[in-house]
Amino acid sequence: MAHAAAAPKSMTFGEAGSTLAFAVLAFLSLIIAAKAHTPEYAFHAYLFTAAFAAAAFKIVDRYYDRPAALPPLTINGKPNYNMGPVKFGTIAAVVWGIAGFTVGLLIALQLAFPALNFDTSWLSFGRMRPLHTSAVIFAFGGNVLIATSFYVVQRTCRARLVGDLAPWFVVLGYNLFIVIAGTGYLLGITQGKEYAEPEWYADLWLTVVWVAYFLVFLGTVMRRKEPHIYVANWFYLAFILTIAVLHIGNNATIPVSVFSPKSYIVWAGVQDAMVQWWYGHNAVGFFLTAGFLAIMYYFIPKRAERPVYSYRLSIIHFWALIFMYIWAGPHHLHYTALPDWAQTLGMTFSIMLWMPSWGGMINGLMTLSGAWDKLRTDPVLRLMVVSVAFYGMATFEGPLMSVKAVNSLSHYTDWTIGHVHSGALGWVAYISFGAIYCLVPWLWNKKELYSMKAVSWHFWISTLGIVLYITSMWVAGILQGLMWRAYTGLGFLEYSFIETVEAMHPFYVIRALGGALFVAGSLIMAWNVWKTISSAEEIQEEAALPAQPVLIAAE
Amino acid sequence: MLETYKFLAGFAQTWGLLYFVTVFLAVLVYALAPSRKSRFDAAAHMPLQED
Repeated sequence: MAHAAAAPKSMTFGEAGSTLAFAVLAFLSLIIAAKAHTPEYAFHAYLFTAAFAAAAFKIVDRYYDRPAALPPLTINGKPNYNMGPVKFGTIAAVVWGIAGFTVGLLIALQLAFPALNFDTSWLSFGRMRPLHTSAVIFAFGGNVLIATSFYVVQRTCRARLVGDLAPWFVVLGYNLFIVIAGTGYLLGITQGKEYAEPEWYADLWLTVVWVAYFLVFLGTVMRRKEPHIYVANWFYLAFILTIAVLHIGNNATIPVSVFSPKSYIVWAGVQDAMVQWWYGHNAVGFFLTAGFLAIMYYFIPKRAERPVYSYRLSIIHFWALIFMYIWAGPHHLHYTALPDWAQTLGMTFSIMLWMPSWGGMINGLMTLSGAWDKLRTDPVLRLMVVSVAFYGMATFEGPLMSVKAVNSLSHYTDWTIGHVHSGALGWVAYISFGAIYCLVPWLWNKKELYSMKAVSWHFWISTLGIVLYITSMWVAGILQGLMWRAYTGLGFLEYSFIETVEAMHPFYVIRALGGALFVAGSLIMAWNVWKTISSAEEIQEEAALPAQPVLIAAE
Repeated sequence: MLETYKFLAGFAQTWGLLYFVTVFLAVLVYALAPSRKSRFDAAAHMPLQED
């Protein structure tokens, strides 16, 4: 690699092409901003203009700063990993996580004390709620998934990420989408479809970013030095591919005009509802499950220093999960205009999902066999193991709630909210915290986290928070469901709606308290991550052991 | 309309079912074949290998 010094420096095709493309896009966005039908849309067009112009500038700037040769794929026969985008995604996840949890706490408090919307449309529950869900699922969860997937695919394929600009385009482009989506909700721009609120132009941008993500990931898998594709990569690939299909399918909309943020879906009514929940439930199945199972399959064996309990089970439950999840969506539409047989189909597949879900849980937990004692000493591993336990509980509760008879009680009540949060806080967030706690010392070349005690505090405080959250929502939800269906002897409804709302108040306060504890835990994590990154102490084993350069960075 | 629906539903309920069962059996054979045991045991250790 060293003797190419004489080669003249020139822009790669990707650099020149992207600069040109971003310059053109910036110009077009400016025209749209000028002719936009609404000021909110003009704001978004200006935001795109600024982002595209910054991208074009940054690419040229980066070109002048870089050496003539692109980074080599290997150094001394060892893969030259590209960890810059991983670092960015990890920090973005921590920041978005705190933002998303805090907005969640605010809306939890608003439900208990409605005056907290301060009578502004911006802070109204209807706008803050999608801001919360998108911030935690797509901003926090999405950045964790992108960061860990780029890390895991490189390590398990022993290959550098494909592309020079492409990985950065994926990470930064995805976060631009988050900013567009989030500010859109505050400004009142929404499609009104749960977890698919962003309007057509944000969806279009995400499609471009996501295709790039798919190509970078797939390209890296194809570049692998290992003959076998490790199971975590299967889960990541299923997650990336399926989310692309779901996102495009559920957003088949036609905008009113390129100068308008508003669009209409090509199908309407119950078909739209069916497609929306085919999307919605598989966002749970492939974004919040398959992607995070991939994290489980890399980080738990790594942290426990034990091999995967049963690799065969991982293959079987992978394919079973893929084949079954896609049919479960209709359970969101029980007792609606959706044909009865479709509802029953959704319910049946949801119940069958017990098997592959528990296959994954058993495989994750049993990976600890021979290393259970580590739970006592390693709070990071404890976070991840509790997360797998929550995965088991949430995937037990979900099929139960999909049974029509149970659903007639639970649907539209806070039981659903409790269920979602036992999955989201217990499973998704905990496995993410575990992965972040593992990644930060590895990426920044530190021996360990700044404070293990702080991890322990984070674990106990937020576990208490989750317990308060889900138990209060169980009680609230079942109480609510029973009150809604209570009749008097004369056949009238026994309670008016506002009476059921009043009965919820104490549980809403308890839930908000649980949320506050969870936010507090995440702040401890942010402090710990910050202190770990900024601490001076670095491992320099190459310097200490010059005879054995193979031993760099104990991970 | 109803004819098309009946045809598609009938197709899904017979051939679709058969297809899924076959694919699942193929997955079971792939995962459980004794000849692949050593390969999968090695794969289970992949995260632990340093480079």
